[in-house]
Amino acid sequence: MKIKIKIFFIALLILFPFKSLALIEVDITRGNLSPLPLAVSPLSSDKDDQQALQKELDIKDLGLEISKIVENNLKKSGLFNPLNKDAFLQKPDIAHLKPRFEDWSLIKAQALITGKVNFEDDKLRVEFRLWDVLAGKEMLALAFTTVPKNWRRVGHIISDKVYERLTGEKGYFDTRIIYVSEKGPKTQRIKKLAIMDQDGFNTKYLTLGNELVLTPRFNPTNQMVTYLSYFKNLPRVYLLDIETGMQEVVGDFPGMTFAPRFSPNGKKIIMSFAMDGNSDIYTMDLENRIVERITNHPSIDTSPSYSPDGKYIAFNSDRSGYQQIYVMKSDGSKVKRISFGKGLYGTPVWSPRGDLIAFTKLHKGKFYIGVMRTDGKGERLLTENYYQEAPSWSPNGRVLIFYRETKTDSKGEGFSAKLWSIDLTGYNERLVDTETDASDPSWSSLLSN
Amino acid sequence: MNFSKNYKNIFLAMFLSFLLSACATQTAKKVDSQIQGDVYTGTDTVEYLADGVPDRVFFATNESVLTTASRETLRKQAAWLRKNPEVTVVLEGHADERGTREYNLALGERRANAAKDYLMTYGISSSRISVLSYGKERPVDSGSNPLSWSKNRRSVTVKAN
Repeated sequence: MKIKIKIFFIALLILFPFKSLALIEVDITRGNLSPLPLAVSPLSSDKDDQQALQKELDIKDLGLEISKIVENNLKKSGLFNPLNKDAFLQKPDIAHLKPRFEDWSLIKAQALITGKVNFEDDKLRVEFRLWDVLAGKEMLALAFTTVPKNWRRVGHIISDKVYERLTGEKGYFDTRIIYVSEKGPKTQRIKKLAIMDQDGFNTKYLTLGNELVLTPRFNPTNQMVTYLSYFKNLPRVYLLDIETGMQEVVGDFPGMTFAPRFSPNGKKIIMSFAMDGNSDIYTMDLENRIVERITNHPSIDTSPSYSPDGKYIAFNSDRSGYQQIYVMKSDGSKVKRISFGKGLYGTPVWSPRGDLIAFTKLHKGKFYIGVMRTDGKGERLLTENYYQEAPSWSPNGRVLIFYRETKTDSKGEGFSAKLWSIDLTGYNERLVDTETDASDPSWSSLLSN
Repeated sequence: MNFSKNYKNIFLAMFLSFLLSACATQTAKKVDSQIQGDVYTGTDTVEYLADGVPDRVFFATNESVLTTASRETLRKQAAWLRKNPEVTVVLEGHADERGTREYNLALGERRANAAKDYLMTYGISSSRISVLSYGKERPVDSGSNPLSWSKNRRSVTVKAN
């Protein structure tokens, strides 16, 4: 599968006004109950270019479609309220040259995005501008050139640039989700690895469903994935290059390996190895293949996750008698329990920002997704349901994606598994579109930086 | 091997099961008769390796401790395996759906190994037994209730050859 997409920044005309002069500021530290109203004007294009692109991509108005991607991304973030295009008074091509700010403030837009699409030498060229409507100023202007079939990514990159300019934080739109696609009855689920753009488009299946596959996770630095496969009925951790399709078993263990995850620099895989009824945590260096044992305890030790600086590991253990979350140094020393609330705790995942650990909690028959500080204090439960688990962070550490399963009825029917996302604030809970039932999501890093 | 103790256990188990079936006729709730202390005691999903040799044992929530009934089942399996020395088996360990996927994989492995250890103490060579955990991936009952979950918390002995 082809993933590496070259995007040339041919013109970089960024005009940053002084921060103190910027009127628009989106506060993302709290649940945002009044999202910023903004207008995403359809990107304009000349007749000839539009026709050529329609021939190339079979899309009638590419500028409009790209603006819809931007609109959809910003809307789903919960921080922005894209206004209805029917209310726009100014034509896209004229607005892009110089907006009539009164027209846009009349419809209550505080920010405006305009753009232009060209087709030159078989290349798609897209430029866009972000305007501060109240101040009457340009905040950002960029142009990209790429092959036409990458047009959706252009929409995602524009979304990221706008998000970053308005919130002060990196975006998370030019990213992908790898997950397990599910089909069939609950007792005989067929599971395949699947990958899609963050907004649910461009789904591709990476395995055929002949064997059970579970818990895929992205390497944060490249296009490798680690996951658990029951190939030949031997549950083992595998490494998969999603560009070439090449895969291999990780290590030579005489038993089940599971719960894999990459180290932050992408050079190690950390996982559990189960032997004689006992699961401990091991790492394997992908360069020199050296295997190291990290924990050595008769309890179950699993679900390891590194801190972003690689110095610590959060993991799940039942050494106290029940599942709890522990933190240790990356060499396995200084093990310390951090979860002390009521109930059972599992699946700790360290935030890319480093300050929080997301987890699954089971208490009185309900499952919760929550976050706590890395010392275990400040526990906050974000969502409660019949069954949900396995949170994965967006690369900017602002959104969690996880999966949720439904209760079956008295006949054992009505089972489904779906991906959901929720903001760190506990607001903006959303169903994530997938072609099939889905579980075990893992969020990629930003594809373009 | 302490045979007198074994017989004692068997008698105890038989006595208990009489007692239980007596209870069952008296209670209206079918569920109560099939779960004792969180462990499934019914025969709904049970298959047989040979006449009178059940293929599976059941566990309490989050537990891998073998109950008296489970030990009796495993002793029958051990006797059958001794009689059929060419047979090898896979012990498939399972968990219910009320746990995280990764922890359940470990728990299934722990349960299957509890059964394996018991078979080994009854003279079955470890070379004839392999262990495979399915975690919560292969429930036998798709229900979302305590009875269904109790059937799914199991270690199943499957003939491998």
